[in-house]
Amino acid sequence: MMGLVYEGYPPEMREKIRVVEETREERLGQQIPKLSLEEREKLVRKWHPDYREDTKRPVRIGPNKGQVIYREVADLLESWPAVKPGDVDLDNIDYDVDILIIGGGGAAASAALWAVYSGVSPENILIATKLRFGDANTVKAQGGIQAADRPNDSPVRHYLDTIGGGHFANKPELVRALVMDAPFIIRWLEDLGVMFDKTGEGEMIEYTGGGASRRRLHAAKDYTGLEIMRVIRDEVWNKGVNVLEFSPAVELLTDPDTGAVSGAVLWNMEVKAYYVVRAKVTILATGGFGRLHLAGFPTTNHYGATADGIVMAYRVGANLRDLDSAQFHPTGVAWPEAIRGELITEKCRSLGAQLVNANGERFINELEPRDVVASAIIRECAEGRGIITPTGACGVWLDLPMIDRVRGEGTIRRNLPAMYRQFIRHGIDITREPVLTYPTLHYQNGGIEIDPWTHVLRPDGTPIPGLLAAGEVTGGVHGKNRLMGNSLLDITVFGRRAGITAAKLVKEMSGKPRISLKHVERYMEELKRLGVPENRRAPVLLPDYRGERVLLRKLDLIDLAPI
Amino acid sequence: MSSKESPETGPRPVSGKEEGGKTIRIYVMGRAYEVPEGLTILKALEYAGFRLTRGVGCRGGFCGACAVMYRMPGEYKLRTALACQTLARDGMHLVFIPYAPMKKPRYDIEKLRPDAGSVIAIFPEVTRCLACNACTKACPQGLQVMDAIQAIIRGDIAAAANLAFDCIGCGLCSIRCPAEIRHVYVFQLVRRLYGKYMLPKAKHVEERIKEIEAGKYDEEMEKLMKLSLEELKRLYMSRDIEKA
Ligand SMILES: Cc1cc2nc3c(=O)[nH]c(=O)nc-3n(C[C@H](O)[C@H](O)[C@H](O)COP(=O)(O)OP(=O)(O)OC[C@H]3O[C@@H](n4cnc5c(N)ncnc54)[C@H](O)[C@@H]3O)c2cc1C
Ligand code: SF4
Ligand code: SF4
Repeated sequence: MMGLVYEGYPPEMREKIRVVEETREERLGQQIPKLSLEEREKLVRKWHPDYREDTKRPVRIGPNKGQVIYREVADLLESWPAVKPGDVDLDNIDYDVDILIIGGGGAAASAALWAVYSGVSPENILIATKLRFGDANTVKAQGGIQAADRPNDSPVRHYLDTIGGGHFANKPELVRALVMDAPFIIRWLEDLGVMFDKTGEGEMIEYTGGGASRRRLHAAKDYTGLEIMRVIRDEVWNKGVNVLEFSPAVELLTDPDTGAVSGAVLWNMEVKAYYVVRAKVTILATGGFGRLHLAGFPTTNHYGATADGIVMAYRVGANLRDLDSAQFHPTGVAWPEAIRGELITEKCRSLGAQLVNANGERFINELEPRDVVASAIIRECAEGRGIITPTGACGVWLDLPMIDRVRGEGTIRRNLPAMYRQFIRHGIDITREPVLTYPTLHYQNGGIEIDPWTHVLRPDGTPIPGLLAAGEVTGGVHGKNRLMGNSLLDITVFGRRAGITAAKLVKEMSGKPRISLKHVERYMEELKRLGVPENRRAPVLLPDYRGERVLLRKLDLIDLAPI
Repeated sequence: MSSKESPETGPRPVSGKEEGGKTIRIYVMGRAYEVPEGLTILKALEYAGFRLTRGVGCRGGFCGACAVMYRMPGEYKLRTALACQTLARDGMHLVFIPYAPMKKPRYDIEKLRPDAGSVIAIFPEVTRCLACNACTKACPQGLQVMDAIQAIIRGDIAAAANLAFDCIGCGLCSIRCPAEIRHVYVFQLVRRLYGKYMLPKAKHVEERIKEIEAGKYDEEMEKLMKLSLEELKRLYMSRDIEKA
């Protein structure tokens, strides 16, 4: 590697690590009892962002008026359009296609391929995405993809695990589709050339995941999402499907009379111009909302995860569900800054790594459920027993060297190679040093409601004609909590279904749809009545991490960014 | 800094220093910016006021969008890195390499065979490898890039696919390669050939598909979907759990 080598922890942090080392022997073998259900409940209700009063509020507009959801999401729903309807010339259609797919992750790519397999010509499909094709949460998935395909497992069991994990709030028909399609998806990916971990005889090596009662996590080393994404993206390119990068959708288009969705307005972020796309069917596959930093949390998500899809769908009347819950992974990286918010796999704790506060004390049984562990870490930091980093973040120690101490030298290198690599890059040797951790915003549990063939539904259960959705942007598949490995499955199962449905709809449709922004005008009347400030606009497209000092002085003299 | 280097470009601003915190000076395509110490290159750029669209993607070292090249003061070496994974250092001169110009050739994977001939027919430049190792030195993932290319020439598709598995497609190797090889796409093809044709198929997946197609689970599934919440919860709590 031609990069510079880091020197690891700064001296002031190394100083603080001493207490972890000094207490290691005495913590060895120390038992922390698990909490009773009542104690758990109390802890979570006090500290978990899902239960804190100040993190949520009722949304005051639109189809789900009155529903309590995360503040940051409610703010976006109560926002003016990014592009004023009057500024767009709809008589000038730039792209006239059968299928418009909005998004560039695994759900979008799956939809494109299955539309092609179902007979739609690749030239009549357009993928429009925000960054590059594949810059998405999909490439960041490491753990694996679930499918019940071993003899001691069954789709029925997978169904039960998924519903229970989702606190029984999942939509049953969607879970059924998820688990029954799963083995077909694995075979499809295998046929495309995904390098799954296998034994010499071809048997899948399957791992266990939180909440799953059988080993059913298929992996491609710890690059599972990257491997799936790059293979299906390669195939989309091979088929010749049109792809527009750096051109996010900012608004859907609708038939002025029927309200059927008929395309979208795209915005080219590089030349700052809009394009009008007319489409017979539009598929939303825009992913999640991590970059909204709900309740101020760091996130594991990619740069473009800003909830655009739910904003656009809501304006055409879609029903949103389960947006009162978000998945926070208990152990995100708090230091080094370079990888802050990124994941530290749960496997570390299964292997015996202990959570330790600034006083060298353990404060929770590490194998409690995710929301419980996350709450305990948040509590330690809020009550002053956390460790403050040079960049002002807070965290507690995850004592990784304990793993080798208990299970023998070499365990870490053997069982956690990716983790080892991730930290050694920054000069931290996890076989000798603890790492600093804090919960991180991980997954959008809820979203746009769909039926099993991905039609987007209104609150009354009727479909919005012309609009489909698949992947993390949707809600219902995972209820209030997603199991590890069910999301890569979600995006391929429902991405595929969206492609098939879209092809069917295209065949049934004669003539070209009509386009307008009438639904936006109606929405704007509501916004006006509500007195929403004019400068609050959505979709936001990208988070803004510029320094305050720069922003204070910012002048738009010429719109000429150097890159 | 060695005396032979040109003087620093631009005076240091008298205001704009971080209160208390130490700042460093980085040169973004020659223009100096003062930024706090301890940020990644990506975050330092953002702090300085860049709102990036190009050159940023997953922010976690998986997508390869944020490739940069840089030189440190007093060094002749042109270093490569991912901006999201690398700390900004005082005196660093850097440039974005958000894109390696190369077109992906189209092919029908169903019609190819897992051998060197298939790969070289599509990417003839592979045979021009000079074994200079510039690609390996450039790789921010620390991969043995040259070895992977050489394995293809030897006809060892399996070795090439495995050596190139952790490739995130940043394109830095391809920018440095005197043989003008399109590593990103070469490796993609090689991995697919290996995954599709050389890894044995999972028979148990095939068997489960047959069972599902024969309707083996339909009745049980219908029953489960009709259960009351109480019954469903009881069933869930009492299910046996396989050991890890
Ligand atoms: C660190 C991490 C680890 C994970 N690990 C696992 C795991 O082990 N197993 C598992 O099953 N799941 C895992 N997940 C979850 C899983 O990766 C994602 O939920 C899933 O990949 C989402 O796929 P998607 O296609 O719906 O969205 P994404 O892959 O996020 O794709 C959405 C795309 O839409 C684009 N977009 C956004 N807005 C617009 C717009 N307005 N116009 C056009 N395009 C837009 C985005 O830029 C992006 O390209 C993990 C997630 C993360 C972040
Ligand atoms: S092999 Fe080349 S494209 Fe792949 S990660 Fe290394 S330098 Fe980047
Ligand atoms: S840089 Fe190009 S020519 Fe040199 S070893 Fe690598 S592949 Fe071969």
